[in-house]
Amino acid sequence: MSEEALATAPKSAETSAPLLAVRGLEAWYGESHVLHGIDIDVRRGEVVTLLGRNGAGKTTTLKSIMGILPKRKGSVVFEGKELMHLPARWIARAGIAFCPEERGIFSSLSVQENLMLPPKVKPGGLSVEHIFTLFPNLKERLSSQGTKLSGGEQQMLAIGRILRTGANLLLLDEPTEGLAPVIVQQIGRTIAQLKQQGFTIVLVEQNFHFASSVADRHYIVEQGETVDMIENSDLERNIGKLHAYLGV
Amino acid sequence: MFELIGIPPQALFGQLLLGVINGAFYAMLSLGLAIIFGLLNIINFAHGAQYMLGALVSWMLLDYLGGSYWWALLLAPVTVGVSGVILERVLISRLYHLDHLYGLLLTFGLALIIQGLARNYYGISGLPYAIPPELSGGQNLGFMFLPNYRGWVVIASLVVCLATWFVIEKTRFGAYLRAATENPTLVGAFGINVPRMITLTYGFGVALAAFAGVLAAPIYSVNPNMGADIIIVVFAVVVIGGMGSILGSIVTGFGLGIVEGLARVFYPEGSAMMIFVIMAIVLLVKPTGLFGRTA
Ligand SMILES: Nc1ncnc2c1ncn2[C@@H]1O[C@H](COP(=O)(O)OP(=O)(O)O)[C@@H](O)[C@H]1O
Ligand SMILES: [Mg+2]
Repeated sequence: MSEEALATAPKSAETSAPLLAVRGLEAWYGESHVLHGIDIDVRRGEVVTLLGRNGAGKTTTLKSIMGILPKRKGSVVFEGKELMHLPARWIARAGIAFCPEERGIFSSLSVQENLMLPPKVKPGGLSVEHIFTLFPNLKERLSSQGTKLSGGEQQMLAIGRILRTGANLLLLDEPTEGLAPVIVQQIGRTIAQLKQQGFTIVLVEQNFHFASSVADRHYIVEQGETVDMIENSDLERNIGKLHAYLGV
Repeated sequence: MFELIGIPPQALFGQLLLGVINGAFYAMLSLGLAIIFGLLNIINFAHGAQYMLGALVSWMLLDYLGGSYWWALLLAPVTVGVSGVILERVLISRLYHLDHLYGLLLTFGLALIIQGLARNYYGISGLPYAIPPELSGGQNLGFMFLPNYRGWVVIASLVVCLATWFVIEKTRFGAYLRAATENPTLVGAFGINVPRMITLTYGFGVALAAFAGVLAAPIYSVNPNMGADIIIVVFAVVVIGGMGSILGSIVTGFGLGIVEGLARVFYPEGSAMMIFVIMAIVLLVKPTGLFGRTA
């Protein structure tokens, strides 16, 4: 079968193949070798977390999938297409969207401009009205400078703006970091709703109680490698192991 | 009433007008520099040479092809802008991963080459460029005589500056540009072609310099050194306004032109160094410039 034919293989084959398959991913910051072997499978419609200590390489993993790090190797296959050699803008156009740890709200743009910034890459994104029902706070602040929002509102804006684009795989880097409990809950509810809408999500989390409330599976990252995978339903039985990994 | 302070009104308004005209050129040139610096992070030392090229292309167009001023106003910025696009693609884009200093050295070297070639072929005595017939003559405003061409320069530069400001601050493309100035990596990760935007921005900034050069040709004759002379002042304007601020460069450009004009009336001996004195004071009081963002 030609590559063309493989890409348009029958639906049954597509649903059994993961939406995102990461194999032997390695990455460098300059000379420093940070990722040594990341293997992740994410099926369509799943919420999968990356758990691990500070500095384990979770953020670097998301950035490598997104194509932001110039020096990387291994394989990242999304919807049957190898992304490894592509620049970030083409990976975005393939349907992957990234919400960075530092949120990346632009201070020279208004809330409205921040929200409308990412271009549509595919049909099927949420409407702006729909985003306002998820995050009503944003609607009231549209003309404010992006960085004048509170930390929680900035996080909502950072998530909200990538929902419009039609991207179906969302990479969220610590969306709850440093936020008040009620906002963490709101973001948890949002992630559950997005999952219902059919979004596939890779979530980096330090807060593993939060992670267990939204995710289907958890990958453990340690010193730049995925060392374990735990089903959320098996979490109770593996709690001791997990505590050892995370050092809590 | 002006006689009270011993200045005839004709002289005062004459110098003020000259100040506004100079300010118009400062504004257009520092605006281009600010946009280029914002996105490319290089100080475009070739800016003065590209301004001169705008004037020189107008002269060549007229002399070799009989193309009118109005054609020059369109074709010179396009020609010089395209040369800027090529320059960015072929040379400047290779330096982004290096220190700012390399971009500065490259563009400085290019400026010397362009000006050297122009001097070699056209000499330094200056090539005359007549005011287009549609804009000859002037208006008697009662308190002063306003040559039509000078009025046109002020209006044209204001329109171009404000249009540029509008595109950057109020449009979707402008939002991409501002966002890419802050965080190009993230803008690229949203699917936007940042390298192409950088190339077009450099081309536009350079075209703006060439446009200023066309406007300048009938006022200051076309001279290979015309850019080198003005660009030093323009760099001071950029420093005073605040590196990278759009509105700041427009307001500061016009403002300093006027201040310079007034200085020529009230303190002629010091008028040439006025802008540099202001620059020194601003740097002492607010090192990010009048309109610069404090980090
Ligand atoms: N920009 C950078 N330059 C050099 N090293 C970095 C950079 N960012 C992260 N690192 C290093 O890479 C490793 C993984 O970092 P990161 O992926 O941010 O971890 P995590 O997100 O799991 O906390 C750490 O040792 C960190 O110090
Ligand atoms: Mg991190």
